[in-house]
Amino acid sequence: MYKSLFSRTLNSALFYSKIVFKYVIIIQTFFLLSSCGENETNVSKGNQSGTLYWGNGTEPQSLDPQIATGVPEHHVISTLMEGLVLKDRKTLQPRPGMAESWEISDDGRVYTFKIRNNAKWSNGDPLTAGDFVWSWWRALQPALGNLYAYMLFPIENAQNYYEGVVSDFSQVGAKALDDRTLEVTLNHPTPYFLQLLDHYSLFPVHKETIEKFGSADQRGTRWTYAGNLVGNGAFTLEEWEINRKIVVKKNENYWDAENVRLNEVVFLPVENVVTEERMFRAGQLHVTASLPADKIAPYSEMSESPMRISPYLGTYFYRINVDVPHLQDPKVRKALAMSIDRDNIVEKITKGGQIPAYAMTPPGTMGYYPKSELRYDPEEARKLLAEAGYPDGQGFPVTEILYNTNEGHRKIAVAIQEMWKQNLNVDIQILNQEWKVYLDSESAGEYQISRAGWIGDYVDPNNFLDMFICNGGNNRTGWCNQEYDNLILKVAPAVKSHEERLEIFQTAETMLLNDMPVIPIYTYTSIQLIDPSVKNFDSNIMNHAYYKDIYLEEQD
Amino acid sequence: MLKFLLSRIAQAVPVLLVVVTATFFIVHAAPGGPFSADKAVPPEVIEALEAQYKLDQPVWRQYISYLGDILSGDFGPSFKYPGRSVNELIMAGIPITAELAFYAMLVALGIGILSGVGAAMRPNTLQDYAPMTLAMIGICMPSFLLGPLLVLVFGIELEMVPVSGWGDIPGDKILPSITLGTGYAAYIARLSRGGMLEILSQDFIRTARAKGLSESTVIIKHALKGGLIPVIAFLGPAFAGLLAGSFVVETIFQIPGIGRFYVQAAFNRDYTLILGMTIFLSTLIIIFNLISDLISIWLNPKLRDEISNG
Repeated sequence: MYKSLFSRTLNSALFYSKIVFKYVIIIQTFFLLSSCGENETNVSKGNQSGTLYWGNGTEPQSLDPQIATGVPEHHVISTLMEGLVLKDRKTLQPRPGMAESWEISDDGRVYTFKIRNNAKWSNGDPLTAGDFVWSWWRALQPALGNLYAYMLFPIENAQNYYEGVVSDFSQVGAKALDDRTLEVTLNHPTPYFLQLLDHYSLFPVHKETIEKFGSADQRGTRWTYAGNLVGNGAFTLEEWEINRKIVVKKNENYWDAENVRLNEVVFLPVENVVTEERMFRAGQLHVTASLPADKIAPYSEMSESPMRISPYLGTYFYRINVDVPHLQDPKVRKALAMSIDRDNIVEKITKGGQIPAYAMTPPGTMGYYPKSELRYDPEEARKLLAEAGYPDGQGFPVTEILYNTNEGHRKIAVAIQEMWKQNLNVDIQILNQEWKVYLDSESAGEYQISRAGWIGDYVDPNNFLDMFICNGGNNRTGWCNQEYDNLILKVAPAVKSHEERLEIFQTAETMLLNDMPVIPIYTYTSIQLIDPSVKNFDSNIMNHAYYKDIYLEEQD
Repeated sequence: MLKFLLSRIAQAVPVLLVVVTATFFIVHAAPGGPFSADKAVPPEVIEALEAQYKLDQPVWRQYISYLGDILSGDFGPSFKYPGRSVNELIMAGIPITAELAFYAMLVALGIGILSGVGAAMRPNTLQDYAPMTLAMIGICMPSFLLGPLLVLVFGIELEMVPVSGWGDIPGDKILPSITLGTGYAAYIARLSRGGMLEILSQDFIRTARAKGLSESTVIIKHALKGGLIPVIAFLGPAFAGLLAGSFVVETIFQIPGIGRFYVQAAFNRDYTLILGMTIFLSTLIIIFNLISDLISIWLNPKLRDEISNG
């Protein structure tokens, strides 16, 4: 009995070790197959061949500059096409792009651009002033569904043409005086007009290519496919494999080709931020699009950390629905705004170097530093709430914070719920909705307080303040102040001096903060991992990359 | 036999019609449209887009015209990716997802059958308990845990295999295949153990042993064919499940298959893409179930008789 039990156990152990042995062999063969690629990472390969591996977030919807929206799209398109001006990669000040120079008339309304002599399309065709006129005509075709058509609205009659008030495009203020001269007339002197010109919706597109694949205002033709696309940027589209990668290659017909140092950029649509971080660690990416919040702490503790945190032109804020009866009194809204401890939120929750925000416009937007009386002051907040008829929060109805489903938003909402309970003794519920449902609720005004974020399209306070004009599509709070509208729509566009303009914005911003239909919480930062071999990739508040400047230096 | 086949195909048609109809009306009823966005969309744009994708028509008319389109094999254009047709997106992703599913199936069958049969040969010993405990862990371990674990150990610490990609770097197919296959290996192990135990207790096995055949001959020549019938029956649904359920693994390993599109399409309210994927995957599931039924019939004489008699 004893013997048989022993032999059975021995037998099975033998059998089992045989299986294990087999597995080991199978697994080892797998690894042997793989070992040839062991030390050759994308980064080390790329540093030798001049190929930049770029974590690009998601698969771009489209590479048509007049259809696309979004950051990943922007990255790819900015390698393939170029506007009249480029920007300094640090200061974002305009510098010559397709236009080698420009003149601005004394009244600030007429811009005359000189297109450079060696401006060419990637197929060798000359690029002319007429190409810009045609492209902007296309950008203003409603059937195209261009979400950024409004970027062209400072141009005289552009909005009227877009909305069908004017049907003749020749009345729009964009004229090619000759092949090399483009004259642009604006509705008002618009100091940020040059800033708009390197937004992709104002990039030139190649007429012949577009018309070869469909009509000019037809969405989703195949002209943006690899092999079809003709652009004017520093790179050309070499490969586009859906959900796998987009490869762009140096464009020899580019006017400044001799100063472009990268040979290729490979854009990888890595949607999952955790995967992206692992890929970076394994040397498969030079640059990541972002970094998961819980990885910020370990990376900041490293001595030579590849993590870069830099201010970003965006504000995280809460909208208040001013039509909700108990939120109608500005005192209530101010009390809520004053009892949020923003330092606590950025230090304990977001942890990514975000800056507590006490105004809508991020500080430093074109030299504008908004002054604000908003501060963290629970005592004053309690007083205001009492004045509004809710002493010690008594009788204040249960109020709901709406946010789109996301762990980060939830944590902030919970913290604010707690702060409001503690400081004001009011009861708050939090409610999450899936993204599209949340968008619907917010636009329909079916919320009380809702989480929001706004990322600037161009560097000017106007981009943050004109959201809140009466019935503006992005206002969504129900707040309306004619005086404010007048400042933003009439007064600010008409003044010429920069300082005067900033003063007007300050007045408008103060008006907004006095009524508090929105509660600013923090200014965003961009958080990325960047391999030390990547050079000339400076941070700027738009987080724009200027690929024509970037180069790779091998590390020892 | 032919009658059986035809009746199964005839059954598939109403099933698919129900799938199409239900999905169509559910996605159209879901709040939030394909064109709503963070930044306000001008009414002119919404109008132009809705006209272009026929969303300005009554839903029933959209439904009829959609049915017409899919009968001619056209799933329409994707809403989210202008310029891409749904057919194109599916065709771009399916070879990759199918390859992933195939390797995962090999992993699942290899590990599952070996340990299941091994366990059945020595029931209630270490050789039985060890793999069955592992199998239970495998069933319980979600791939979003197993995947990152494997990556951390083999990809980042030991630097033996790439941490992501598909067909870009040699060896990058190993971890995703193992991650996706393991859960199924566990099921197959349990199924083959059960199937083998039943077969091994039957008379013809005793006869075979009595003839003095070696244990391996008994197992391989006589027992396996019957013992693996439950596994075969499981293969159809399993393969369909691997295809449709590869989303997590595709996300973890950055694989450009269809799983990622399917989930994203729902978030984006990309009506045509959701519908196209659903119809495509339902069809596959029906086909795989049919195939695995046919194989089961071919392996099991009892079933064969039943079919031909009635």
